[in-house]
Amino acid sequence: MAKKIKLAFCLAAVSISGALLLNKTLLSTMAAQAKTVDYRRDIQPIFERNCYHCHGRKKASSQLRLDTKARAMKGGISGAVILPGKGRESRLMHRILGEDGEQRMPLGGESLKSEQIELIRKWIDEGAEWPEETPENGKTGEREAEDPPKHWAFVAPVRAPLPEVKKRDWVRTPVDNFILAEIEKNGLTPSPEAAKETLIRRLSLDLTGLPPTIKEIDEFVADSSPDAYENLVERLLASPHYGERWGRWWLDAARYADTNGFEKDLPRSIWPYRDWVIKAFNRDLPFDRFTIEQLAGDLLPNPTLDQLIATGFLRNSMRNEEGGVDPEQFRVEGLIDRVDAIGKAFLGLTVNCAQCHNHKFDPIAQKEYYQFYAFLNNDDEPEIEVPDEELLKKRREILSKSEAIESELIVKTPDLANRMAAWEEQMRYDERQWTVLDDATIYASFGVKFDKLEDGSFIPKGDNSTSNNYKITARTKLTNITGFRIEFMVDQTLPRNGPGRGTNGSFYVTEFSVDAAPMDQPAATAKIALTNPTTDFERPDFPVKNVIDGNLKTHWSSDAGAGRRNQDRKMVFATQQPTGYSNGTILNFQIAQKFDDVIKIGNVIPNIGRFRLSVTTAENPQADPLPTTVRRILAIDREKRTKQQQREVFSFYRTTVKEWSEANARIDGLMMNWPFGVTTLALSTHLTPRQTRIFKRGDWKRPGDAVQPGTPAVLHPFPSGAPRNRLGLAGWIVDKNNPLTSRVIVNRVWQQYFGTGLVTTPEDFGSRCDRPSNAELLDWLANEFMLPTWKEPGKGRVEAQDPPSASWSLKHIHRLIVNSAVYRQSSSAPPKLQEADPTNRLLAHAPRLRVDAEIIRDIALGASGLLSHKIGGPPVFPPIPDGVLNLSYGQPMKWETPKDEDRYRRALYTFWKRSIPYPSLLVFDAPNADFSCTRRIRSNTPLQALTTLNDQLFIEAAQALALRVFKEGGAGDRDKMIYAFRLCTGRRPDTFELQQLLGLLQDQQRYFSGRTAAAVYVSSADPNKLPEDVDLHQVASWTMVARVLLNMDETFTKE
Amino acid sequence: MKKPEELQSEIKKLVTRRWFFKECSVGLGSIALASMLNDSVVAQIAGQTATTRPLAPKKPHFPGKAKRVIYLFQAGAPSQLDLFDYKPELVKYNGKPVPQDLVKGINYAFIKPDAGLYASEFKFAKHGKSGAEMSDALKYLPEVADDLTIIRSMITDAINHAPGQIFMNTGSVQFGRPSMGAWVTYGLGCETQDLPAFVVLSSAGGTSGGAGNWGCGFLPTIYQGVPFRRTGDPILSLSNPRGITREMQRQSLDTLKAINEHHLELTGDQEIATRINSFEMAYRMQESAPELMDLSKESPKTLEMYGATPGKASYANNCLLARRLIERGVRFVQLFHEAWDHHSEVVKGVKTQCQNTDQATAALIKDLKQRGLLEDTIVIWGGEFGRTPMVESDPDANRSMGRDHHNKAFTMFVAGGGFKPGITVGETDELGFNIAKDPVHVHDLHATVLHLLGFDHTKLTYRFQGRDFRLTDVHGILIENLLA
Repeated sequence: MAKKIKLAFCLAAVSISGALLLNKTLLSTMAAQAKTVDYRRDIQPIFERNCYHCHGRKKASSQLRLDTKARAMKGGISGAVILPGKGRESRLMHRILGEDGEQRMPLGGESLKSEQIELIRKWIDEGAEWPEETPENGKTGEREAEDPPKHWAFVAPVRAPLPEVKKRDWVRTPVDNFILAEIEKNGLTPSPEAAKETLIRRLSLDLTGLPPTIKEIDEFVADSSPDAYENLVERLLASPHYGERWGRWWLDAARYADTNGFEKDLPRSIWPYRDWVIKAFNRDLPFDRFTIEQLAGDLLPNPTLDQLIATGFLRNSMRNEEGGVDPEQFRVEGLIDRVDAIGKAFLGLTVNCAQCHNHKFDPIAQKEYYQFYAFLNNDDEPEIEVPDEELLKKRREILSKSEAIESELIVKTPDLANRMAAWEEQMRYDERQWTVLDDATIYASFGVKFDKLEDGSFIPKGDNSTSNNYKITARTKLTNITGFRIEFMVDQTLPRNGPGRGTNGSFYVTEFSVDAAPMDQPAATAKIALTNPTTDFERPDFPVKNVIDGNLKTHWSSDAGAGRRNQDRKMVFATQQPTGYSNGTILNFQIAQKFDDVIKIGNVIPNIGRFRLSVTTAENPQADPLPTTVRRILAIDREKRTKQQQREVFSFYRTTVKEWSEANARIDGLMMNWPFGVTTLALSTHLTPRQTRIFKRGDWKRPGDAVQPGTPAVLHPFPSGAPRNRLGLAGWIVDKNNPLTSRVIVNRVWQQYFGTGLVTTPEDFGSRCDRPSNAELLDWLANEFMLPTWKEPGKGRVEAQDPPSASWSLKHIHRLIVNSAVYRQSSSAPPKLQEADPTNRLLAHAPRLRVDAEIIRDIALGASGLLSHKIGGPPVFPPIPDGVLNLSYGQPMKWETPKDEDRYRRALYTFWKRSIPYPSLLVFDAPNADFSCTRRIRSNTPLQALTTLNDQLFIEAAQALALRVFKEGGAGDRDKMIYAFRLCTGRRPDTFELQQLLGLLQDQQRYFSGRTAAAVYVSSADPNKLPEDVDLHQVASWTMVARVLLNMDETFTKE
Repeated sequence: MKKPEELQSEIKKLVTRRWFFKECSVGLGSIALASMLNDSVVAQIAGQTATTRPLAPKKPHFPGKAKRVIYLFQAGAPSQLDLFDYKPELVKYNGKPVPQDLVKGINYAFIKPDAGLYASEFKFAKHGKSGAEMSDALKYLPEVADDLTIIRSMITDAINHAPGQIFMNTGSVQFGRPSMGAWVTYGLGCETQDLPAFVVLSSAGGTSGGAGNWGCGFLPTIYQGVPFRRTGDPILSLSNPRGITREMQRQSLDTLKAINEHHLELTGDQEIATRINSFEMAYRMQESAPELMDLSKESPKTLEMYGATPGKASYANNCLLARRLIERGVRFVQLFHEAWDHHSEVVKGVKTQCQNTDQATAALIKDLKQRGLLEDTIVIWGGEFGRTPMVESDPDANRSMGRDHHNKAFTMFVAGGGFKPGITVGETDELGFNIAKDPVHVHDLHATVLHLLGFDHTKLTYRFQGRDFRLTDVHGILIENLLA
């Protein structure tokens, strides 16, 4: 049979998990076989996807609409198209088949699949039953009949009563009622409970991502108490590794990575956010709080550091630092990414489809997209410090020591008040002499672009890897200009607040120069001679005169040492001759920053950060010697200053007192040791609100009408009185009236356990998604998530009781699922069951799933005993194959593989470089983190086989497993083999398996005897580290066997 | 109720190979799997390792003229004005500021908008019967001038490298969409069972777009490009660890297979059959990939033609490897040569890169032709955008006589696979700034390449987030005048 040959030809060694490959139409078709055709379930989705576009509310071609019963039955211009009971004769059928000389519908689209056509025919044959639109859908009366019923996911979930089931004693949690009812309806029976060894491994992998130890298995198997299983669940949920496992689940949606992406793809420090997520899961932070803190932690009253760290969720967007980029373009792209991430992670709504035009399928207008975007358009992007307790202690010590020195000075100076008053008098400074040059443009080398702030200051964005020369052209009407001032200003978006772009916030200036031209003759430039440079800070080795000495090898430095460098600075230059033309003057400034290797720190150059230019016509211009902060305090009446303000003034004053030089030096010495903590990316509010405009066709360069923050009208209303900012948005997302969030989250939890969600497209709950496989269960769980009623398992069988768990508890949902009989079923699928329900949508048996990328690695490390159980901290650099990093743009980044336990940390701590994702994780479908991912693909490829066979880490695991078996596995080969097999799969091998493996062992033992060199290579990366009492030839043989064990399908499968 | 027969058989198919239907759904839905009804199917699959295929070949929408693609990506963006787009008028305006109405509202990456115009310092001549215009920076390409389809009127949306490369490769400036190679292998599968379907080779620097340039986006991971390495194993983890021979590997895999088959019987999970096949294919790959990489089997004449040296990583070696890869059934080969970003001294830069690439590019086209492969192989040459007719000079940045990024007009060429040979399409204005005639947008090029491979670009789709995505997004016009 020719077809048979073709079949073999097509069988792919590479496949994707069944879950992804469900043929959606066939599924509903199958359902149709069991029952009769149901309009809502079977027909409406076909119409919705294929017909509404032209025959719906927005457009009714030939006056035909197929979205409401009345209109569809009435037909179009040429009369009825549906003749109930007469499928073959109905015009609708002729059109979709393209018969009788009619053009095939849908016009210009793909024809309907044969099974869809068959369904429609059958539906009409059966009488074209079309249930009335119900009040539940918000549709009653004549007028409303014009509108189709609201898509199910946009209507709040209703808690249905638990379905009745025949096999009542099978039920353990309410989940079972829903699933079993469907199984029974289809004439099937659920599968028996899995073996205890299987259950503990399944539970451990699901709840902690780690395989159970042999001791844990033995204890569980031996525990015959009625609540042994429930106790195990509780133990695992309480494990700190639970947060790692489920934190990683969330990090997919949060698109967490350790680099910025795009060309330069420089490292970023945002791992405190990752650790925050892990901790949030471990303490079961209610999901509504979890949401609010991530989207708006900074807007909560008196936010904690943790709440600021949480806003890293939004900061996980990529950032383009390529030379020459327009910062606004990529700021906009970052926001587009944030809208997308919120849409996917919380709402399961493809809001992003409305960026260029109204959503094609869901009722989201383009305007609504930008209203949503407007919530996010008002932020700054600071890098905040995350000091730990130890560091804070050190800082307190430094402060108290220096305060003690100051107090001594104060005490021994009885006339201090008078002296300071006199000093203050002397320090008078007329700030009004300065006119900010706000009619200015800027150009810099290497494509560095600037934001211009409202106060006339510039702040550079993008590339910061090279020396630069900022060229500012300003216009002024002033004449008799006597001096220029540059102010260097701190800003929370600069490293350590700046004011420079160096990693510690410092900067250098090499040369400052200016020329002038009359406004009407821009080419007639003349250099302006400068003199008398002054500044509020000067290091002896970098005096301010260096910046007007015409020498590109001498500089001025802002670096006042650890405790002092992050503050405003300024410098002032006088003109030798008063300058300015009567018709106005064009001033061309150059601020050169030419650095040598001495000054460059890592990838980052200490270029100037935020700055602005001013001019004066006052005589003898000088830089205000006082820091901005002190100057501000002096403007306050002396009596009204707080204690802290008084102290701050004193702290500066004392530095001006010559006779206190010794005390000052002691304090300076203390401040030089001011410690800094790690940083993380967070959000804060932009000073002045940005106007959001609709971008025509999604093009950021074509702004249209202005919009205010708002949420899509199709969903629940924005709470009245809630602020129209991120905090309000977060509240709206976790509002109990939100039909989406709770459904979307419980669906993703379900997907993690069963491979496929109740809704197969977790990223899209819109009108194009399939009906849930068990809509009542989805809605029940969604309600239960928000308003729990079910009591967590106590002893034995579980009944609904009071008091319930807390609202929005993910652990509550986990308990409902993992304690269910559905979850506890065996995963083997007899052919009959496979035939009845090939994609296992009914869940009459447990799924068998290859574990996620990270867990594959963690299982290998866990089985071999290499795994480090350390939780949290900076990302780690496990071995990476040679040459992989060469694919990156520019110089390959440093990847120093540690020798200590950091070599074998859990996979989620691996440094994630977006442009070169860690190969052995990527190959197993870890998402690359360029954008939010809520559904991993599960592929099965030869490259994966090569990885687990030959990748260095897996080899090290095989070698370690061999040694471990030697040490712990008992006396004979047989015992050792059983031990090794249990380490990998959690169960004992059967006779066949044991025989196969022992056969291989013998072959290897024969091979290695007398082949010492080969044995050395195979047995260990470093034979010197092998214990003395083992035979190298034996270890090598066992390494070969261990390698096979670690590569068994079962080893990286959740059975 | 009696099930319609057609449906019954469809359901059976699903029962037996649940993944299969979707895998082959592009055009192959008609290869009915009715044969899979017998009960011993599990055993059949497990026993079929010798004949199974990694990515089964699939039929496109209609018979395509081309069967495979070699994409020579000149990353960094070569200067079209110094290679293909001869602008005598520029000589006249050399050094004069660019007319301000041309650059109004344009943000350049590096240069100031009032930069001076810069005529090419290369000499141009017409070549072949077709009279294709090329500069004397190219010494070898003129020999195949009549095989080329030169498009002087390319236009793209991005002016920065990373978004530009991502756009050229995926049809979107934002990361996360499938690359052209992924789409093509998704549509066509591949003809080899021993090598990946989509292979990526690189020379010179790392690319700005990174792994996104050959990513699969939301398509299944199997369609992702597999980067071959320049030194050592071409494929990661290809070699067995030291001390493990091929024979030992076979022994290990035999044991592994026996155990996995045993488990397949117990569980009935077809995924195990697939896993077994993955391991077997990996084993074959271990043999076929080194054989592929071994250029010493090529004749001295061939090596000389390409300028290739066995064992030395280079663009020339990659061109030769590209031919060897497609000969072995690989569907899509993409070379990345990241070296064309000539912000300074464009003359020197273009000369050097022509020395590195010109001979091998021409040799590849000749070689494909003489082997009869050019007619059904598409060769694409080009960068992510073009370069400005204005000079880039900035003493502070140590740059002079260079050219900045330019997206409004640039040149690419294609050859073979049903493209019309020996023509030059499109014109730019007299300064080479804007397109004057026959613009070809990146989406149009994508649409046209897909057409030659047998696809209606509007129908090669993948549903994600409720939307049917395609390489050409919602754009793309088939450019008929490029076709033979």
